[in-house]
Amino acid sequence: MTVLAAQLPALLIVLPLIAAALVALVRSDRVAFAITLAVSLVLPVIAALLLHRALVAGPISYQLGGWSPPWGIEYRIDVLNGFVLMLVSAVAAVAAPYARRSLAAELGDGHATFYAIYLLCLTGLLGVTITGDAFNVFVFLEISSLATYALIAMGRHRRAALAAFQYLIVGTIGATFYVIGVGFLYLLTGTLNLADMAQRLAALPDEQSRAVLTATAFITVGVSLKLALFPLHFWLPKAYTYAPSWAAAFLSATATKVAIYLLVRFFFTVLGVDVVFDRVLLALSLAGMFIASVIAIYESNIKRMMAYSSIAQIGYITLGMALSNKAGLTGALVHLLNHAVTKGTLFLALGAVALRLGSVKLQDLAGLGRRMPLTMGAFSVAAFGIIGTPGTAGFISKWYLATGALEAGEATLAFLIVASSLVSVIYMGRVLEVTWFRPPSPLALQAKDPPLSMLGPIVIFAAASVYLGLDTRGSASIASLAADQLLGARP
Amino acid sequence: MTGPSPELLVLLALAIPFAGALAVAALGRWPNLREAATLVTGAALFAVVLTLSAAVFGGARPELAGLAVAPGLALAFEVEPLGMLFALVASGLWILNSIYSIGYMRAHDEPRQTTFYVCFALAIGSTIGIAFAQNLFALFLFYEALTLSTFPLVTHKQSPEAMRSGRLYLLLLLGTSMVLFLPAIAITWALSGTLDFTAGSLLAGKASPLVIGALLGLYVFGIGKAAVMPVHFWLPAAMVAPTPVSAFLHAVAVVKAGVFSILKVVVYVFGPDALRIGSAGEWLVWVACASLLLGSLIALRQDNLKARLAYSTVSQLAYVVVGAALATPAALTGAGLQIATHAAAKITLFFCAGAIYVAAHKTQVSELDGIGRRMPITMTAFFVGSLSIIGLPPLGGLWSKWMLGVGAMQADAGWVLGVLMVSSLLSAAYLLPIPVRAFFAPSPEPPSEPVRIQEAPLPCLLALTVTAILSILLFFQAEPIAALLRGVPGAG
Repeated sequence: MTVLAAQLPALLIVLPLIAAALVALVRSDRVAFAITLAVSLVLPVIAALLLHRALVAGPISYQLGGWSPPWGIEYRIDVLNGFVLMLVSAVAAVAAPYARRSLAAELGDGHATFYAIYLLCLTGLLGVTITGDAFNVFVFLEISSLATYALIAMGRHRRAALAAFQYLIVGTIGATFYVIGVGFLYLLTGTLNLADMAQRLAALPDEQSRAVLTATAFITVGVSLKLALFPLHFWLPKAYTYAPSWAAAFLSATATKVAIYLLVRFFFTVLGVDVVFDRVLLALSLAGMFIASVIAIYESNIKRMMAYSSIAQIGYITLGMALSNKAGLTGALVHLLNHAVTKGTLFLALGAVALRLGSVKLQDLAGLGRRMPLTMGAFSVAAFGIIGTPGTAGFISKWYLATGALEAGEATLAFLIVASSLVSVIYMGRVLEVTWFRPPSPLALQAKDPPLSMLGPIVIFAAASVYLGLDTRGSASIASLAADQLLGARP
Repeated sequence: MTGPSPELLVLLALAIPFAGALAVAALGRWPNLREAATLVTGAALFAVVLTLSAAVFGGARPELAGLAVAPGLALAFEVEPLGMLFALVASGLWILNSIYSIGYMRAHDEPRQTTFYVCFALAIGSTIGIAFAQNLFALFLFYEALTLSTFPLVTHKQSPEAMRSGRLYLLLLLGTSMVLFLPAIAITWALSGTLDFTAGSLLAGKASPLVIGALLGLYVFGIGKAAVMPVHFWLPAAMVAPTPVSAFLHAVAVVKAGVFSILKVVVYVFGPDALRIGSAGEWLVWVACASLLLGSLIALRQDNLKARLAYSTVSQLAYVVVGAALATPAALTGAGLQIATHAAAKITLFFCAGAIYVAAHKTQVSELDGIGRRMPITMTAFFVGSLSIIGLPPLGGLWSKWMLGVGAMQADAGWVLGVLMVSSLLSAAYLLPIPVRAFFAPSPEPPSEPVRIQEAPLPCLLALTVTAILSILLFFQAEPIAALLRGVPGAG
């Protein structure tokens, strides 16, 4: 038993990887789904054990193949990435039962390969999060990205391929930038182990600071492409709109979050970013919060509206990073989770709408509230979460961000944070008004709530988005611990 | 005496409306049972609040420790005199409001009545939450819940005009609360490290007078429900709602929740000593007086009866804000009294306006000549309500105006007393012509027809008679309320 416990970090990566290979050999959709579901349900248990250990006993260091760091690859789990591992695996587990019916309807029979690619994507995302090695990050980043391109390309709309291709180009540029940045750092420090790198960078003489700055710039831009920081967001709306509904929900809740984690890791643990980067990040975050929200107002395809809303919400997270004080960073980290849950609800609910209506156009959703009461009820709850109504998870994030801004002496910023949520009132309000207060559209008349395997995940996510607004022991408390560690580690 | 513990009563008062909403939703198919559920909810709530008030009158402050959401954010409740008064007023009038709604909605054969009653119950639940909130976070949570739960009520007709007004309602109330109220709360937290309502000032010695004055502005305009000019637009726009909803907005809950929140913030966050004339909060006296006079002046020019009453509300709410801004002992008592007396009077007036609409389909003041002969009970009640708004004996409105006047003199602000007197004259000018013309002007209909009594349905008539009588009772029985209010820190 203790042997197994010691191998948990590797298990978290190996399990989905082997399952992916297994599923790729399977022809039957049902068997593929069963394996995927089983693995998805096991992973959060492992992640929970790891997080628990990191919380109780401090960082876990796992030496892959017994090679000790900094030469061998080290998996290193502290509170921060334990939290993110938990987030990714839990979202995957709750959303998994949804896949079968949704994919069968959207892709038709014979979609077993989809599960294999999905498991690879999951492996990549968990790998990026768990590893303590800069080049290993790149490997996992590519695994998850390549899998993501394929997931998006499998969408049934003919523009899905184009969206995937565009994302491929952008994603490859991003990965290349990242590798160039890491290359610089390797030249400077002679190590790829992140913890080791951090120590050596701190000891570097001042004349090298320009090279560090260059590396920082490359890594920042590369990762920002992945996390869709405004104005590097342009790939995201298309990708989420044309991807299969379930993939869109999964990716929106996890992929960008992992990329943000990576940026946090580099900024706070490794590089120790100077004020200039903070100001740039701050300005871009604000621009994203407002511009993306305003674009969302004019969208009539709700999936795309939600995608723009995601870009705005990512702005909140990077804003909290840029504040780099305790409350701000806590707000950013807790919003990783809160936004994942909230936006997951919205995309999954839209998937159910797509299943029943075959459309996610605003006018087709008219009067849908009374036809699909549970689905649209969950959608509405999550919409309030995006707005940041007190009692929802979104409020908690916003509260931390606003107090973080005040702590930093930036009262105007606190106003801008709350003012931007007013813009989300407009676009979310528009959807809610049409779905609840209009006479039903011809399509909506036939609709009813989706089968339980889809409804269950939707309702669980919606309930979580309220629960996390009322009990933050599992979210904000851990996030603030992680923030403490990050700020303490910052040179 | 053995009975349910005060803690349990607080929990019940908060839970009953939400349970009631569920019951109403479940019974939607059987209208009679559904309405019974509403009335049972109202009666049970009022009974619980009344039982609770016995303890609070005795000086107790029942608490309900809730959920610690995050450091500083707790969903906790504590019943203090102001909240007790507000809960009594709201839960008591809500029963009458429901009886009236039943008569009105049935007479009009309105669609979507189940949704209406569900939201109605959710709204009173949110109101009780506001009344009993122990800190700014809990207050804010239920404040927003009240906005959201009343939105479907305001847009009940779902006509384009109703949706337009509804959007204005939502955007203005949510907007001010998010952009001004929430930052004010965050700043309070940043300055004082707590959001709890405690006697004395949270901010004393922690902020410069300039910051205090600005923060007060964030609160006053952030609490858009108080309709202090210039954030009053939503109130006249919301008159497209069915009349029972107007009564709920203007008398029972929504605007009262606004001025109640301001009073609460003044007493428990700033502390009365921090405001008063000659301090950082002085500007509020001026702004509130302006709102008071302008509201009356605009009301004078409205021909639509509900619009006239809406601007009258804007003006009457400013009385409460004036009281809060003066912050002298008598002024605070007057402000609390005004919440109760205005509620009883204004609900009567709106009930009458709705009754006229149901029975005679008239909405304009100029159409009401001679209507008193057809609807004598309604117009008598209207007359009674008007007198209370003006502040004449023997009606409850006298006491709140009296105490506010005394409060102005305690603050050495004779001019405020002058403003109050002018405003009373103005309210007489916009209200009294209505009953006078209704009873004495010749009816536009041909005189050959015999005049028949044609009143509104019995539930409506019953409700408006009771509220009119209530206004009179408040004149003779104001002392218990004043005694209750003396328990508020800084009042007397």
